[in-house]
Amino acid sequence: MTLARDLRRSFAAIVRQDVLRAWRRRGQVFAGLLFFVIACSLYPLAIGPEARQLRLLAPGMLWVTALLASMLSLSRLFSREFADGSLDQLLLSPQPLAWLVLAKICAHWLTSGLPLMLLTPLLAQQYGMPFAAAMGLAASLMVGTPVLSLIGAVGAALTLGVRGGAVLLCILVLPLCAPVLVFGAAAGAAADAGLPMTAELSLLGACLALSLLLCPLAAAAGLRIAAE
Amino acid sequence: MPPTSSTDTTLAHRPNSRARPSGWLAYASAVRFDPLAGRLAPWCFAAAAILALAGLYVGFGVAPTDAQQGEVYRIIFIHVPAAWMSMFIYLLMAIYGGLALWLGTRLSSMMASALAPTGALFTAIALVTGALWGQPTWGTWWVWDARLTSELLLLFLYLGFMALEGAIDEPRRAERACAVLALVGSLNLPVIYFSVQWWNTLHQGASVSLTAAPTMARTMLAGMLLMALACWLYTIAVALVRVRLLLRERGLLPGGKRSEGAA
Repeated sequence: MTLARDLRRSFAAIVRQDVLRAWRRRGQVFAGLLFFVIACSLYPLAIGPEARQLRLLAPGMLWVTALLASMLSLSRLFSREFADGSLDQLLLSPQPLAWLVLAKICAHWLTSGLPLMLLTPLLAQQYGMPFAAAMGLAASLMVGTPVLSLIGAVGAALTLGVRGGAVLLCILVLPLCAPVLVFGAAAGAAADAGLPMTAELSLLGACLALSLLLCPLAAAAGLRIAAE
Repeated sequence: MPPTSSTDTTLAHRPNSRARPSGWLAYASAVRFDPLAGRLAPWCFAAAAILALAGLYVGFGVAPTDAQQGEVYRIIFIHVPAAWMSMFIYLLMAIYGGLALWLGTRLSSMMASALAPTGALFTAIALVTGALWGQPTWGTWWVWDARLTSELLLLFLYLGFMALEGAIDEPRRAERACAVLALVGSLNLPVIYFSVQWWNTLHQGASVSLTAAPTMARTMLAGMLLMALACWLYTIAVALVRVRLLLRERGLLPGGKRSEGAA
């Protein structure tokens, strides 16, 4: 009983602390969102304003941009703890490290993936997607962006304190995110075509379940290696 | 904090309670492994050269011309073995990475590091020869088909592994971080393959499958298997040579820069 309560408390404490910290420095969060908005507004300038073509490309472009935007904040995931030494406190705490890492990933998603998801229906209007399709696309991001945070955490732990870490992180993580992109964009395209998207969402959910199981363990191993 | 450069030389004899130096595990010790690798490597090179010559002779001299594709199909004698090796080597790297994390043997992670450039090379060869075959056959250099795409992503995984290894300065951290990355990548590869198969389009079915009887002439198959064996032995030989260099470079054996500096 006490173990379960300890786990719950440590999880909630880390999530609250990280979300609070992100809120106090909300400029960084908004900068990431602004990148998403600007990048999404650039595509029509390059491709041309033809509405049918834009709508055809919208799910894929929004997904790729969301993927890139979620890369921006990844290198910050453990960097403060690494710099001020509180990473050692995490490593020494009696709770399993993978659990605490999962809490940090959860907080990261709340401050990066969730805002991206909430903005998507609005940005989809730029591409002329109907409301129902935009909500479907947002649903695919809802299931998919946690996977990006989970996989990204592994890369962030492995590249912690490494020179050129931010670019290296993208190189490591982007190929691993390919399945999420495929299923997510397919779900968005299905929603836009008015088709059922349960198959794509189920596959995204399977990716989420698998990465929920494995990524915190791998990220914890990476953190132990980085802190040696 | 004292500088850590002096600790590297002592790590060569780091005791490991779980790994008793007996049986095949004895070769996890650099001192035992190095002479064996030195003896094996030239033989592997020689066998690889002989098998490659035999395979090329069978492939270009004996094997019949393909009824549909003409002479251009002969590129499979390098393309298919390279594609096999590219996937097999990543699996090997993941196994060595797992061994390194489980047993704490530095040699295992060095094997993974030694295999990575060869794996990337075979992946690149498979992609380039595939493009050279695709141009006359399909009429295009590149198609976004399942196997091409997953091979391209595999190349990115290899390059990421090598980039991570190059970016971390402390060899021990680099070795263990790369081991974790190889494991994560190998778990992700089947998912990547399945996901890109969703828009599987133009690629012809697998030429050789384990369940169905091969549809190709026996001499074609023989040539391909000879070339695959040659690639395999080449991989072993190159990996052994590279591991011996890594052992010296990282100061586990005398002769490298690091151990001279420490002495």
